[in-house]
Amino acid sequence: MDVLLFELALTCYFAATMVSITELFKESKITMRITTALAGLGFALHTLTIIYRYGISGHIPIINPHEATSFFAWCVLFIFFLLQFRYKVNLLASFVMPIVFILMLSSSMLPREIKPLSPVLQSYWLEIHIVLAFLGNAAFALAFGIGVMYLVQEHYVKSKHLGGLFGRLPSLQSLDEINYKLITIGFPLLTLAIITGVFWAESAWGSYWNWDPREVWSLITWFIYAIILHARLVAGWRGKRAALLSIIGFLTILIAFFGIKLLKKGLHVFL
Amino acid sequence: MRILVVGLNHKIADVEVREKLAFSGEKLEEGLARFRELAEIQEAIILSTCNRVELYANVTDTTKASESVKTFLSEFHAINRNSLENSLYIYDDVTAVKHVFRVASSLDSMVVGEPQILGQLKDAYELALSKKTTGILLNKLMKKAISVAKRVRTETHIAENAVSISFAAVELARKIFTDLSRKVCMLVGAGEMAELAARHLVNNGIQDVLVANRTYERACDLSKEFNGRPVKFDEFISEMARTDIVICSTGSPTYVVTKNQMQKVMKERKQKQVFLIDISVPRNLDPGINELENVYLYNIDDLQGVVDSNMFERQKEAEKAERIVAEEIETFLKWQASLDSVPTIRALRDKAEEMKREEVEKLIHKLPSLGDREKEAIEYMAAALMNKLMHPPTAALKEGGDDKASLVALIRRLYGINGEDKE
Repeated sequence: MDVLLFELALTCYFAATMVSITELFKESKITMRITTALAGLGFALHTLTIIYRYGISGHIPIINPHEATSFFAWCVLFIFFLLQFRYKVNLLASFVMPIVFILMLSSSMLPREIKPLSPVLQSYWLEIHIVLAFLGNAAFALAFGIGVMYLVQEHYVKSKHLGGLFGRLPSLQSLDEINYKLITIGFPLLTLAIITGVFWAESAWGSYWNWDPREVWSLITWFIYAIILHARLVAGWRGKRAALLSIIGFLTILIAFFGIKLLKKGLHVFL
Repeated sequence: MRILVVGLNHKIADVEVREKLAFSGEKLEEGLARFRELAEIQEAIILSTCNRVELYANVTDTTKASESVKTFLSEFHAINRNSLENSLYIYDDVTAVKHVFRVASSLDSMVVGEPQILGQLKDAYELALSKKTTGILLNKLMKKAISVAKRVRTETHIAENAVSISFAAVELARKIFTDLSRKVCMLVGAGEMAELAARHLVNNGIQDVLVANRTYERACDLSKEFNGRPVKFDEFISEMARTDIVICSTGSPTYVVTKNQMQKVMKERKQKQVFLIDISVPRNLDPGINELENVYLYNIDDLQGVVDSNMFERQKEAEKAERIVAEEIETFLKWQASLDSVPTIRALRDKAEEMKREEVEKLIHKLPSLGDREKEAIEYMAAALMNKLMHPPTAALKEGGDDKASLVALIRRLYGINGEDKE
């Protein structure tokens, strides 16, 4: 059942990605609506998948890599819909749906069996810690997409060739402001995730900080976004620089997320 | 029942000729009334704008009618009849329909895609409607022309993208900033084009305008026009720290802002995006400024480049629009052909014949015991009834007369005969 739902959601995301990419080449209100409808349907199916697995295992399904990646994709889409509801950023889907689809695709290739939860992981702290971390990272994923859009638009304006997507992409200032807003949402979430993680580590392993790779990378990520915020407020690092930094920041997150899985070391191995 | 267009536009006539032939102000109503009264004309519309004067008519004989329209024009405007001969174009039937559709869709305009012409055409039509100078043919032509223009507007990008330097500046400002009403614009120096650009920006939301000029009085005068604030010329660089859009057009032979100065300005404004427009020749803003982050510097050639590429885009869109026009001409001609009485009589009789056949078959099917004679009698009765009912409309259609076209349209509607496209 959950496999079927998952595959259907994946199919919807694939279709939405394809349609959203055609949108880059040809403007059409119909394809825009189809993208939104497909993404919405995929999101609904995906939500059901997660609820279903929650029902079976009795905890939020973010314990094995398959579940974690899938849940991350869900979070990205969740923030995406919130953002579209508030700002209606033209062409955002074309820059975000591919990320969602790639996440879901990699999730689909990872082992899916539902494993019993080891006693060390049975804690509300854990669930809160993980959900906060994922939502924060999802906000950074959106900032990445917006950052790419900024660089594209900035290239048009700077080079004085106003073809292609120039007319349809939002203004530089609004992309910059949305990028900033996303980071101001993601950063406190990440901070809280680290704090809850620290407390949980103490209760589970008896020490607050163990320098395992995930902790180290999280700290690096946290510093990158702290620098982005600080530099913007103090030195006026906005526009192109802010866009570049938010792209670098998200790439760091991806390294932390997938890279560490490949290493399979440290206390976070289960994730 | 033929459409005739007699007129002239900017392409074939200079402004001296156009103004002589223009129907301006009260002359329009009078001209329209007299035009409609011409013996050869059944319906009439006059479109008179600064770029074109066109007379649309429903006529029977296009050659005779066009001659009498020319005579009317020369008498009405008191110009030599012979001088008109070469400065007018005359279209009839398909070419006339095509011309009207192209005019409405702004394909025949000086700036292809400019939106005013449709409104002017609507006004001309509304005047004709209120003076009751139109009938079935021109009403249909106008309605169709307006719907074609709307289709062109929605299905192509013909009216998008700026095609003048000052609009290009607005277009860019909109893609750099979110909300122009919260931005500050500064005019440095004065010049026609700079003022025009500033005016367009104000029309598009800019509220806060600063004006700097070497002569302070001039700055004061100009700032009043924009409801703005004058700035002393040697202070304008320090004002740049809180200015988002700068339009520069001084007569200075050297750069008035160097890259170094701009770098300091950017530091002061915490790297907030800034849009600089340098309309002056020789240039007033160091071109190296564009290398600075979050600074977008456009000089007059850059803006002209934007306009040129937009023009090129419009030309491509115009090709799409021409295809739409061609399609719509087809449907219009089909409708016009349907106004002819012969096919209508045929369609009417076919329809009646089919109804008769269906009913007879139904009845015979219900009463299987009937013999051949009874069947024949039933068929005879049905045919007689049908013929009697069909006779008056058929006769009326054959007879024709002045209102034949409306009669055809009416009969088609009453008897539900299709062939006319739905609006």
